[in-house]
Amino acid sequence: MRRYFFKKIVTYIVTFFVATTIDWAIPHLMPGNPVEIYLGRFNISSNTQYLALQKTISEAFGVNVPLWRQYLDFWNGVLHWNFGVSFYATAPVTHVIAQAVPYTLALLIPAIVLSYVLGNRIGAMAARRKVLDNVVLPIGYLFQAAPFAWLALALSYFLAVRLRWFPPSLGSDPGIGVGWNWAFIWSAIRHWFLPFLSVFLVSFGGWAIGMRNLVIYELETDYARYLRSLGASQRLVRRYAYRNAVLPQLSGLALALGVVVGGNIVTEVVFQYPGLGHLIFLAISDEDFFLLQGIFLFIIIGVLVANFIIDIAYVLIDPRTRLSMTGATA
Amino acid sequence: MSVKIDNLQIYYTTLRGEVKAVDGVTFSIGDGEIMGLAGESGCGKSTLGNGLIYLEGRMRHAGGHVTLDGKELPIGDAKAMEQHRLRSVSIIPQYAMSALNPTRKIGRMTADLLKSRGVDYKSVLEEFRRRVALVGLPADVLERYPFELSGGMRQRATMVISTLLNPSLLIGDEVTSALDVSTQRAVGEMFMEFRDRGYVKSTIVITHDLSILAQIADTILIMYAGKLAEKADAQTIVNNPLHPYTQQLLASLPEVGLRYDEAPLVGIPGRPPSLLDPPKGCRFRDRCPVAFEQCTAEPPFVELHPGHQVACWKAIQDAQSFNEEPAAQGAGR
Repeated sequence: MRRYFFKKIVTYIVTFFVATTIDWAIPHLMPGNPVEIYLGRFNISSNTQYLALQKTISEAFGVNVPLWRQYLDFWNGVLHWNFGVSFYATAPVTHVIAQAVPYTLALLIPAIVLSYVLGNRIGAMAARRKVLDNVVLPIGYLFQAAPFAWLALALSYFLAVRLRWFPPSLGSDPGIGVGWNWAFIWSAIRHWFLPFLSVFLVSFGGWAIGMRNLVIYELETDYARYLRSLGASQRLVRRYAYRNAVLPQLSGLALALGVVVGGNIVTEVVFQYPGLGHLIFLAISDEDFFLLQGIFLFIIIGVLVANFIIDIAYVLIDPRTRLSMTGATA
Repeated sequence: MSVKIDNLQIYYTTLRGEVKAVDGVTFSIGDGEIMGLAGESGCGKSTLGNGLIYLEGRMRHAGGHVTLDGKELPIGDAKAMEQHRLRSVSIIPQYAMSALNPTRKIGRMTADLLKSRGVDYKSVLEEFRRRVALVGLPADVLERYPFELSGGMRQRATMVISTLLNPSLLIGDEVTSALDVSTQRAVGEMFMEFRDRGYVKSTIVITHDLSILAQIADTILIMYAGKLAEKADAQTIVNNPLHPYTQQLLASLPEVGLRYDEAPLVGIPGRPPSLLDPPKGCRFRDRCPVAFEQCTAEPPFVELHPGHQVACWKAIQDAQSFNEEPAAQGAGR
């Protein structure tokens, strides 16, 4: 048991190191220079003035030193929980991220958890009821196959632009300041609903289809046949099938929750929703190294933590994984 | 006679029509009898065995009756059949090694199963433990998951669970097929032990392996293409078979110590007929070395010698010329 967790933790540390290095390298491999984009915002006519400003800004953001220095500086920052200053927002990256995180979490966690619960239930029911199956399967496929962007646009067009039930974009009404008051909360909920619905529908289709197939498979396994031929109740056979079918779904859920911290770029962009996904989009278009690195680091940590939790949860739920801890092979 | 099967027909519904896998079989098994059921793949032996307890989706009870302990067994009625399963009829399936839910401890799974059948687990727990020990499993097996046991151990656990409520009829479907020879012997002896201790009354052991039957079975029933070919006590089948199919089946068994170039193995030429539209008359006719004109009519399954039933015109003819007087036709009823 101790050796198992020790091995796991070493794997996680190595993964973290490699992933973080890649996280640092990829923005630096992008063509172009964030300083130039930053300076492009200002109208600078004189060439000497431009060069002087470029030098100052490069020094201020720490991009004037050789790459290996920048890499070491980056790790130094990571260890001190300091990811530099965002070019785009001219504010500390941690601060920018902290503002976006609540929106993303409020959007994605309910959407994923709710679609997981309902998708599993309805998928399992579809596995044994022909009529339901004929309804759930096509709808599930439709939603699952629909591109996020298309579905989001369709929802936005019909429910926001045409019917005017919901606002089409942003996280809240611009006139209302962010704060703990009813006007803001109500506005936020109304702005939240459409992005939530589009993420929910797409994930729901995936969970339902996955669960349906898994339950059908489990109901055909030898242990289910054996129980049936010994006259076990339908309820017992289904309970076993459900319990075993849910295991692969659970690791899917963990992964989905792990990347939650990255937001859902397409949906957030379509609805101009001020979450992390939208922020990634802005950071890429501005070549904002530090912001991009910060958000990706968040994603890396999220995925690793989610995986670690599911590793532990699996040991508790699926007895078969306990075998690998003792070194035996099943 | 604790099990009587009368003109039983079990068909498979397929897109191309009905496959008559078990096409009118009549026999009985006595109390304490272990009956071996043998034949080639696709002869209907597994369908017959499984049909006595659980008809899967495509299987259909097309006719005939099964009587168990003097009462009709409603094999075609899934609902009515439920209460008989495990209590009066039980099965050790072909896939006995993977028959246990991998994510439940064996004791827990058994408890769940019994509870859903309205049996109090605690009341049988002591007996369960005793039988687990009897088949040579460690006492903590109830607290283990199936994957913590070897294949052979899982199979023995399945045998104990299947027979826990002392069924009148136990069906063992290809139980020894996947085992090595010494384990085969141990499993075979387990059948005898269960019978001797009265855990089960009648047993059907389905296999294609005649050598294991010669050791453990009291009687052997040979099936061919959905019909009965021959039934007699085990020694008679092995030493003095009358049906040409049985003779060829025995001839195709390898013998230890004999080299191939001294005595090449003989198989049975040809293949069994399709059961979608089986031929009229004797179904073995096309592959039979002694077939003659009469074989275009269907041979009756008759008792030529006491306890020895055969469905073969040639065997009937031989017996008649030997006895000088006709054997009582249909005496096997």
